[in-house]
Amino acid sequence: MKQKSTKNYTGILSSIFAIVLGLIVGLIVLFFCNAQQALPGFATILTGAFTHGAKGVGQVFYYATPIILTGLSVGFAFKTGLFNIGTPGQFIVGGFGAVYVGILFTSLGPVHWIAALLTSVAFGALWGLVPGLLKAYFNVNEVIASIMMNYIGMYLVNWITKSYKPLFNNLRNESRNVAASANIPKMGLDKIFPGSSVNGGIIIAILVVILIWLILNKTTFGYELKAVGFNRDASKFAGIDEKKSIIFSMMIAGAIAGLAGGLLYLAGTGKHIEIKDVLPSEGFTGISVALLALNNPIGILFSGIFIAYLTAGGFYLQLFEFSTEIIDIIVAVIIYFSAFALMVKLLINKINGRKATISEQSREGGKKS
Amino acid sequence: MNVVYFIFQQTMYFMIPLMIVALGAMFSERSGIINIALEGIMTMGAFTGVLFLSLTGGNFSGQGQLLIAAVISMATGMVFSLLHAYASINMKSDQVISGTALNMFAPAFAIFVARVIQGVQQVPFSNTFRIVSVPVLGKIPFLGPLLFQNAYVTTYIGIVIFVLSYVVLYKTKFGLRLRSCGEHPQAADAAGINVYRMQYAGVLISGALGGLGGLVFVVPTSTNFNADVAGYGFLALAVLIFGQWKPVNIMFASLFFGLMKAVASAYSGIPFLHDLGIPSYFYKMVPYIITLIVLIFTSRNSQAPKAEGIPYDKGQR
Repeated sequence: MKQKSTKNYTGILSSIFAIVLGLIVGLIVLFFCNAQQALPGFATILTGAFTHGAKGVGQVFYYATPIILTGLSVGFAFKTGLFNIGTPGQFIVGGFGAVYVGILFTSLGPVHWIAALLTSVAFGALWGLVPGLLKAYFNVNEVIASIMMNYIGMYLVNWITKSYKPLFNNLRNESRNVAASANIPKMGLDKIFPGSSVNGGIIIAILVVILIWLILNKTTFGYELKAVGFNRDASKFAGIDEKKSIIFSMMIAGAIAGLAGGLLYLAGTGKHIEIKDVLPSEGFTGISVALLALNNPIGILFSGIFIAYLTAGGFYLQLFEFSTEIIDIIVAVIIYFSAFALMVKLLINKINGRKATISEQSREGGKKS
Repeated sequence: MNVVYFIFQQTMYFMIPLMIVALGAMFSERSGIINIALEGIMTMGAFTGVLFLSLTGGNFSGQGQLLIAAVISMATGMVFSLLHAYASINMKSDQVISGTALNMFAPAFAIFVARVIQGVQQVPFSNTFRIVSVPVLGKIPFLGPLLFQNAYVTTYIGIVIFVLSYVVLYKTKFGLRLRSCGEHPQAADAAGINVYRMQYAGVLISGALGGLGGLVFVVPTSTNFNADVAGYGFLALAVLIFGQWKPVNIMFASLFFGLMKAVASAYSGIPFLHDLGIPSYFYKMVPYIITLIVLIFTSRNSQAPKAEGIPYDKGQR
């Protein structure tokens, strides 16, 4: 038990190391642009989210909802030895499923939003299933297959949305509003955070985080998924159906990313599927969220809120004539250093005892094969 | 016949940057370092190159300006790729993570700096580089209109890079050493090759060609740069795999992808395709679908470098 607590501690330490370095780089960039405004600008990044009190906190949860889930999708796949860079595609396809049901199936009444959300889960799962099948049966690298699926999904969604009249608002070149019954209920959060866009989505996201944590840590199924991630051949030898595990991993990862899309486009906050040939940024942000949390589901909840918090603070940067992209720069630098942090973690483990190092190395070895 | 010339000229605009970037990535991957930061490297290269074109646009034009911009783009790409090299070679990071970080960094940085310098994020430039017809060569029947009319000097640079890549990879000592590092770095090290230096060389070449590819993509197809190379870095990765990490195959793969992109962007100007009535989205999707299908058939006996993606650790020799 003692070993485990040290490991968790070093994990958090390496993430904090990356965050601090990222923030320092951000501060340096601000100084280069405008030395006088740099410090107040930097303070805004750190505290801007609280500018409007409870409303601001609500906004943070609203921004956090989709990226917690895309982060969870990436993190879950990582835990099972797969790199799901397909979250943008799964996200947009899932979002499309939700919008489709949300606009067309208006006779469902009170369960309308649930049906729309389930559709987004199914569509996302389908988009994750393809790279999973290709990996399991044809040994196709899931990174490349997922990248291909991203673009196929994006173009397909744009194509269908644009060519199917009931879905398309041609004045604004985006999808139409979903029916009011398809919007995610507020679940009382509008009382706690008055005036903000937050809705029940954050509660659903937290429940999914807990569910995934339980699956990974408390079930045989989750254990098998992780075992295949550590070492595919050894798992097969131990009697685990490794093909099935890979397929399920990618399907679940896709389903979570699809749900993220559903929750965003059903939020009723004026978010529509825009017909642009650009992959949704929420998908890529998910990679940052997962990496920062070292793929721990509970950690992902906090890193998602953290990145949403920085993003919310970044909006107020325009007061200082800095553009909000500084947040993306900071996050990118954090991720870059969190890749180093794996090395830092290894070093700390080495100091703490050889046993931890060996287990870490065997993990690394299994992932690469 | 004019239609054929038109399609081919359009194809060149899309094919050459893909080929340049994929060839660069080939050097990186054959030295054993996965480089998915191509998109970011292209963005950075295109940004500095176009920024130079924009800032010097008032009193400078023509091929000389473009060539200087190309050198700037290559230098930028190399400097930027150093970050990836340091993370993956010295720090032994997961190469995919470091590449992802660079991909996220580049567009944010380009927008941020563009806003600081000129207030808006789009960097406009005036295109004075199109060669209507190359003297003498442009008059050759058939080949003239195909290759030497409505062309850019970057097209010929791309062809030179292709030939050089082939020669360097297969006919020089450096190429042999580089390839051995991607296949079995421990053996290469035992034979006296400095693996780290070879891998740095591979990543830096991919940085230089990636940066150049970014500029080469933006100049013919746009009139301003908006911190975005439209997924071409990822497409180049697909070209690399489609081309099975070999220069000649990469050339043909980029020709095919370039053709599909050209058809998708210009099909309404091509009578017989316009009459078919297939929406442009179809042509946009096809390269990706075909790549997936090709992957199914080639992944069993993939020609990927054996040691790709595994940080080289001297201690494991």
